[in-house]
Amino acid sequence: MAAWLARTGVRDWLFAYVGAVTVWLVTVVIADGFGAMQTLTAGLGFAVFYVLVATGQMFVIATGPGNIDLSIPATVTLGAGVAMSVMAGSDAMIVPGFLAAIATGIAVGSFNYALIRALRIPPIIATLSSSFVVQSTAIWYGRGLSIKPPDALQDFTFARVLDVPVMTLVAVLFTMAMAVVLRRTVYGRSVLAIGQNPKAAHLAGVDVERTRWVTYTLSAALAGFTGALFAGFSGGVSLDMGAQFLLASIAVVVIGGTSVAGGRANLPGLWGAALFLFLLVTMLNAAGVGSGVRQLLTGVLIIAVITAAGGEQRGR
Amino acid sequence: MTALVELGGLEKRYEAVRALDGVDLSVAAGEVLGLVGHNGAGKSTLINVLAGTVVPDAGRIEVRGEDLTRGYDVTTATDRGIRCVFQELSLCPNLTAAENTRIVHRSIRGHGWHERARALIMATLDAVFPGHGIRPDRRIGDLSIGRRQMVEIARAFTETETPVRLVILDEPTSSLDSTAAEQLLAYVRRRQADGVATILISHLLGEILSAADRVVVMRDGKVVADRAASTLARDALVGLMGHVAQQPGAAAGRRRLDAAKVLDGPGPGGRHRLELRRGEVVGLAGLAGHGQTAALLAIYDRPRAFAAEAALAFVAGDRQADGVFPLWSIRDNIAVRSFAALRRHGLLDEGGVSELAETWRQRIGIRTPDVRNPILSLSGGNQQKVLFARALASAATIILMDDPMRGVDVGTKSEVYALIRQEATAGRSFLWYTTELDELVHCDRVYVFREDEIVAHLEQDEITERAVLQASFRADTEAVA
Amino acid sequence: MIIDWRELVRTSLPALALAALLGAIFWLQPRAMSYQGLNLLLNLSIPIVFATLAQMFVLTVGDLDLGIGGFVTFVACVTVTWLAEAPLVGVLILVAAIGLYAAVGALIELRNLPAIVVTLGMSFVWFGLAVIVLPSPGGRTPEWLIAAVRLRPPGIPLAILAAVGIGLVGHLLLMRTSFGVVLRGAGGNPRAITRAGWSMLQIRMTLYALAGLMGVFAGLTLAGITTSADANIALRYTLLSIAGAILGGSQFTGGRVSPIGAVLGALVMTLAASFLAFLRLNPDWQIGVQGAILILVLALRAVLDRLAGER
Repeated sequence: MAAWLARTGVRDWLFAYVGAVTVWLVTVVIADGFGAMQTLTAGLGFAVFYVLVATGQMFVIATGPGNIDLSIPATVTLGAGVAMSVMAGSDAMIVPGFLAAIATGIAVGSFNYALIRALRIPPIIATLSSSFVVQSTAIWYGRGLSIKPPDALQDFTFARVLDVPVMTLVAVLFTMAMAVVLRRTVYGRSVLAIGQNPKAAHLAGVDVERTRWVTYTLSAALAGFTGALFAGFSGGVSLDMGAQFLLASIAVVVIGGTSVAGGRANLPGLWGAALFLFLLVTMLNAAGVGSGVRQLLTGVLIIAVITAAGGEQRGR
Repeated sequence: MTALVELGGLEKRYEAVRALDGVDLSVAAGEVLGLVGHNGAGKSTLINVLAGTVVPDAGRIEVRGEDLTRGYDVTTATDRGIRCVFQELSLCPNLTAAENTRIVHRSIRGHGWHERARALIMATLDAVFPGHGIRPDRRIGDLSIGRRQMVEIARAFTETETPVRLVILDEPTSSLDSTAAEQLLAYVRRRQADGVATILISHLLGEILSAADRVVVMRDGKVVADRAASTLARDALVGLMGHVAQQPGAAAGRRRLDAAKVLDGPGPGGRHRLELRRGEVVGLAGLAGHGQTAALLAIYDRPRAFAAEAALAFVAGDRQADGVFPLWSIRDNIAVRSFAALRRHGLLDEGGVSELAETWRQRIGIRTPDVRNPILSLSGGNQQKVLFARALASAATIILMDDPMRGVDVGTKSEVYALIRQEATAGRSFLWYTTELDELVHCDRVYVFREDEIVAHLEQDEITERAVLQASFRADTEAVA
Repeated sequence: MIIDWRELVRTSLPALALAALLGAIFWLQPRAMSYQGLNLLLNLSIPIVFATLAQMFVLTVGDLDLGIGGFVTFVACVTVTWLAEAPLVGVLILVAAIGLYAAVGALIELRNLPAIVVTLGMSFVWFGLAVIVLPSPGGRTPEWLIAAVRLRPPGIPLAILAAVGIGLVGHLLLMRTSFGVVLRGAGGNPRAITRAGWSMLQIRMTLYALAGLMGVFAGLTLAGITTSADANIALRYTLLSIAGAILGGSQFTGGRVSPIGAVLGALVMTLAASFLAFLRLNPDWQIGVQGAILILVLALRAVLDRLAGER
């Protein structure tokens, strides 16, 4: 059993699901069984945004120590602003709006990669520098941009099938596809190879530079897309709407069982971790505990997870 | 007179390799001892034991008549005045020479520490390398490699609380110019009068013979000769390092001169061209770290510069650093070089990957019940086979091998030699850096490297241990190119 | 003796950036060249300087502190509550917090954990504690602290005096003492340091404790300037402190750090932010100017390194 868990990689993400289920059950008990399904439905809806940005962050982190995309929050905000102004409240412009948000992300990601390559600086520093510029652009662009999202988009973000948000179903399909990309494509395998040992990957014929570029672009494109979707969900653009995604994207990746030492990643864990974090909030709210304790517990949880996973080579 | 250091019956094994196989060694105070041997003879392991950085499996360590075997470590060694200058720099590159001196001397602290540290290292530098031109306040990382080496050597001779009794110099002159090298040897001889002993390891036999009182020759983890330097000549030393009987060119009669060149470019140093023909196995010989790996990487990274048309594959020698993907299965480690070719409708064909891995498990004899087991479940030799399989399973026809037999058992070696020959006959070409003299008999031709240059090109019938050793160890009288 | 001008330019880049920025401000707005003007420009710099120095101490061993923003926030919240109402308890809380910082360093060393994730976790912990201490914006900074940061020393504004003082103390501690050498050596070549008989555990704990101490000073001075606090008060400090330290010439690996550079970097970051507001230009670009200057300095450094590499 233990061997099977290890070999299939289930062990990596099992913890997040056990945590999510436990927290949900506790919530249900506290509330005497009321609202059990509603809690889960809400969690599945909110989890979408965390999971989408965390997917990009996960590919970045999987390429090894020092690789973290700090520009995600800024890109989320900018993507939201661009999408809303392209859509301009019109249902017909929803698709072009999303495409514009993705294109924005691709531009940011390429810029990140260009900084890493040209300035020979650690990715964290490169994405940090670019995040300042992108965030400023987003603030400037988004100021006074009080455009309501198109009705059809807003409807979509709240649509449900059998209590499950449609948005969630689509996102699950997407993450399944990304799981296939990670395991079954040359690109995905290249990411994992580089994360384990970039030099060995190069000597084994992996195109390290191209893989890095794709990875940073993918992360930023997903951030841009998430921004557009989140704006639709929350009824418009706000200037600090991306802020919560900085720490959250890393937290979801780490709790989901991806190794910050690189080379080990999984997608199911992202859903588990995102649900875990959201349901934890719900549980603590139900127990009448404030947001301070909630954050405190989140932090302790992250440290506990990494300490339990510990002993790996230093992930810088 | 009691010996300064007395080592008895030292043994150390690394997997299949006996690095030390019952070594006895004694060093007297004020003696300069030359230690020579070819790659893998056990010199490094021996000095690491003495420095306290490697714990022997068995044996006895005595310093000045005191048995220190139990718990012997770096601190014990330094407290007894034993200093070691390792080949990899053990300076902090972000600190200055003076600051690096403070790191190893706990007593240099408090008010005026910097002046004292600076004065100490400068005085020693001036004594060892007069006219060195090193500013004590420049970061080590900003100094040339030669000057870094000078600082490292001088630091080993600095004294505060404990007097220096024995300094181990591992290839100290490798990055020094000839003036500095002479200065160092002169200093070592001067310090003999103070009772400071030195163990000198060098690939420059003339240096050993002129500086040392006594020469110890190691081979295969054993001391095979221990003689006064005055009784030895260079040729005799070379003879002692190699095996006695050796038939040249066991690979005789295979070479095809008419085959097309698959690699052709200027060799490092410019004296010889580096060529490889279809079906050839060409060796890169010489002492470890003399530019062979760099040459292979240059070809791998810029194949155009060597007119390479065909695909290249690289077989890493340092498995952990350059080869193995530790989180993956044996199967994926074999197939990684071929993933692009194993796609069906854009996705990896899992069946194809397994089939490829299984084929090569059988062909190359990887000892595992299941290729889906983790790579780290294999022994070092079998991991190396995986790296061979990775290269040979790919479509590449030029195979670059970076000393791939390090720490591999004899049985595995002979299986791989046969495989290489078989693949060469089938039309693949091999460029093979090896640190082991025995392996050169499997080559059609050999380039010998010394100090980052190709210094000799041996045709098939010229490949003998003696010829390789002669080229690898420079006589000091020989002009520097 | 040949002067290595590239190295000279490289080390003076932060100072040049600061001079260029100040020059631009004075040229566009000559009135800024006054006691009052400088006070206004550099008003917020003191806590940022402290936070940047905290980040630099952690960078010394090649770690990155993603929790410093949360920590400064927590300290500020304690300052406007406990320290104001029950000073003794307040002091104890702050001392314990520094101890916790050192403990985090110990955990990272002992379990060989990635610092970035552990400090990320700590970030949540500190923000959480900040909310617990101060659930809604408000509180009141102790009067002595407000008075302290409002000091108007004759001739030179407090912010400049403080920057010079902090820079010098940091420089002496890390660059000039014999123990500072060991701390930096630990970032350059930990194996050599261990081989020479030093304890990496002690070194890491010391550096984290120093970072905690700097974080406390940052929180105190921030609360002094703002006179009240909220749980988001230092949200941007994490990224700002990394940017300031890197701009100041500290490197991500290898123990290459510079306290004076970090102070200059923090001043550049502060000025870049107040620059636009001061010139009554669109303040939306404040952060953008910070980023642009950072990229510019990193690019210049890359060019210098490439030139050096071609020698």
